[in-house]
Amino acid sequence: MFSRDNWDEILEALSANWFRTVLTAFGVLWGIFILVILLAAGKGLENGVKQGFGGMATNSMFMWSQTTSKPYKGLPQGRRFSFKTGDVEAIKEQVPHLRFISPRNQLGGFGGANNVVRGLNTGAYNVYGDYPEIIQQEPMDITSGRFINHSDIKEKRKVAVIGESVRSGLYEPGEKVLGSYIKISGVNFMVIGTYKKKGGGNGNVEEAQKQIYVPFTAFSQAFNRGEDVGWMAITANDDHSITSLKNQVFDVLKDRHTIHPEDDRAVGHFDLYEEFNKINGLFVALKGVAYFVGILVLLSGIIGISNIMLIVVKERTNEIGVRRALGATPWAIRGQILMESIFLTIMSGMAGIAMATAVIFLVNNALSGMDTSEMMFLNPSVDLGVVMTALAILVISGLLAGLIPAQNAIRIKPVDALRTE
Amino acid sequence: MIEIKDLHKSYKTGSNSLHVLKGINFSVAEGELVSIMGSSGSGKSTLLNILGMLDEADSGTYTLDGVPIKNLNEKIAARYRNKFLGFIFQSFNLISYKSAVDNVALPLYYQGLKRKERMDRAMAYLEKVGLTDWAQHLPNELSGGQKQRVAIARALASDPKVLLADEPTGALDTKTSYEVMDLIQKINEEGRTILIVTHEHDIAEMTKRIVNLKDGVIIDDNKVDQIKALQYV
Repeated sequence: MFSRDNWDEILEALSANWFRTVLTAFGVLWGIFILVILLAAGKGLENGVKQGFGGMATNSMFMWSQTTSKPYKGLPQGRRFSFKTGDVEAIKEQVPHLRFISPRNQLGGFGGANNVVRGLNTGAYNVYGDYPEIIQQEPMDITSGRFINHSDIKEKRKVAVIGESVRSGLYEPGEKVLGSYIKISGVNFMVIGTYKKKGGGNGNVEEAQKQIYVPFTAFSQAFNRGEDVGWMAITANDDHSITSLKNQVFDVLKDRHTIHPEDDRAVGHFDLYEEFNKINGLFVALKGVAYFVGILVLLSGIIGISNIMLIVVKERTNEIGVRRALGATPWAIRGQILMESIFLTIMSGMAGIAMATAVIFLVNNALSGMDTSEMMFLNPSVDLGVVMTALAILVISGLLAGLIPAQNAIRIKPVDALRTE
Repeated sequence: MIEIKDLHKSYKTGSNSLHVLKGINFSVAEGELVSIMGSSGSGKSTLLNILGMLDEADSGTYTLDGVPIKNLNEKIAARYRNKFLGFIFQSFNLISYKSAVDNVALPLYYQGLKRKERMDRAMAYLEKVGLTDWAQHLPNELSGGQKQRVAIARALASDPKVLLADEPTGALDTKTSYEVMDLIQKINEEGRTILIVTHEHDIAEMTKRIVNLKDGVIIDDNKVDQIKALQYV
C-alpha cells in the first residue's frame, strides 16, 4: 500500500497541477493552523492562571474551627471550640486516602500589631506553628539554611524560618541571618532558614514573604496553646479528590467535639480543589470551543479538498477509463483517489501544524523576555497528544474527503469513460 | 482464439431501444489479423467494446482463449483485460503527465510487477517500436505517429493474447498511418492475434481478413491478399 510506486503515482497526479494543489491545500492548512493556535492560546491562558496557584497541592482543603450554629446534646449554639492535636491522629486513623494533615497555630495576621522584635527593628508578621509537611502543600523555595524538620518538632526547638520580606525588614543588607535570634511575642527563636514563595491561593506575593514558620510543638509550648490546633491543611492522595473526602473529615471532628451532625457552620473550610476544578472547568470549556471552532474551519477545508477531488476525478475520467482498460481494478482506482486525498490532507495539515508551531515559538520567544509572573498568559504550547489528535483528524478527514470522489471515479463505466475527452 | 455466438446488444435511450448488434457469429483463430469494417452506426465499435470486456452483451456467448467470458464483475474483468487484451485507441489515450516509458509500464504496474522489471520490459517494448530515445519524453512532446507507437508498445507490454485496435490510424496522416500499419503487420507476423476496427479501405486491405458489418449484422467475411504497408513507407 505504501510502496514507492504508489507515491510516484500520487506525486505525479498532484504535481500535474501545482497551483491548484497548493490552493486546495490551503484550506486544510488554515483549519489545522487555527485549531492548534487556539489550543495553544488556551493552554497559555491556563498556564498563566494556574501559575497563580504557585504550585500548591491543589487537592487540598484548609479548615478552621468556628462557632456552633445548632444546640446539641445539651450544649448551646454559639459555642466556641477548638481543634485538638488528638484530632489529627483521629482523622488519620478514620479517614483513608489522605496524604498530609498539617495542623497549624498562628500568631498575628493581616494588619496586626508588631509582634516580632530584633534589636531595634520590629515588624508585624504572621507566625505559624507548622509541621514539616506544610512545605509540600504550600511549596516555597528555601533560599538559605533549611526548613523545619521532625527533630525540631520532637525536641520542640525554638527555631524559625523567615520569609525574604521578614529578613529585609529585620536585618541590614549583608547581615548574617542564620544563627541569629529574633524575638516573637517575647520569646527568642533562632533563625535557621529563609524562604521565598509564589503567590499562594490569593496571589498576594508580597504578603506571602512576610511569614515566619516555627515548629508546631515549640509554638504550642512557647505561646501556651496546649493541645489546641487553630487550622489544618489536608491533602488527599492523587487518586482521590479532597472534595469527596472532606465530609468524612468533618464527621470525625463533629463526633469528637460534640457538634450536631447537621451543623455545617461549626467547621469553616476552604476547598482549594473545588476552586481549582471550577477554573479547570473553564479551561475544559475553552478547549471545547477551540476544538469546535478549529474543527469547523478544518471541515470547510476538507470540503474544499473533497470538491477539488471531484473536479480532478471528472477531469481524469478519460485517464481512469484508460487505466481500467489496462487492467486497473476498481479498488486500485478507488485507492489511488483516496490516497491522493489523504496525502494532500496530511501534507497541508503538517504544513499548518508547522506554521502554528512557528508562531507559538515566536510568541514564546517574545514572552521569555518579559516578566510573566503578573500576566495571565504563560508558555502557550500544544503537547504531542494534541498533535497526534490533529493528525488522526486529518487522516480520517482525508479519507472522508476522498470517499465520494473515489466512488464517482468508478461509477462511470470504462467504455463511457474512454469516450470522454 | 475468439469465439462469438449469437451476440445481441441493444441500448436503451429513454423509451426507445436501439438494437445495435443483431446476432453476431464470428470467430478468430490465433495469429490472424482481422479488420472489422462498417459505416458509423454499424455496431463495429460496440462489438470491439464487448470483445474488450469494456461492455457486456445482452445475450450470446463469448469465449476468449478457451475462457468463457460471462457474469464478469469489474474486478475479474479488470484482471482479464490486463491478462488477455491490449488496447490501441484512435486518440492514443496516453496519460499526459507520464513519460513514454511510464505509460508503457502502466499495465505491468497493475500486474503487480516490481519497478525494476517493469522498467526493463517497458524499455524493451519501446525499443521494439523504435522509440528508445524518446523514453523519457512526455506524450505532448511526441508526434502523432510516435504517440501511437508508444500506445502499441503499451498494448504489447502485458504480453496479451489479442490486440484490439479501435481506428488506430484515425487521427494520423496517410504516411504515418502506413508506418503504424507496418508496425502492426510486423507484430502480427510474430504470431500475435490482432483485431482492427476501421472504416478506411486502404487500412483494411493491409489486414488478412475483412469483416463487413452493416446494421448490426455481418454481411460478408472474406480472407484477402494482404498488402504490405512497407511498400508505401
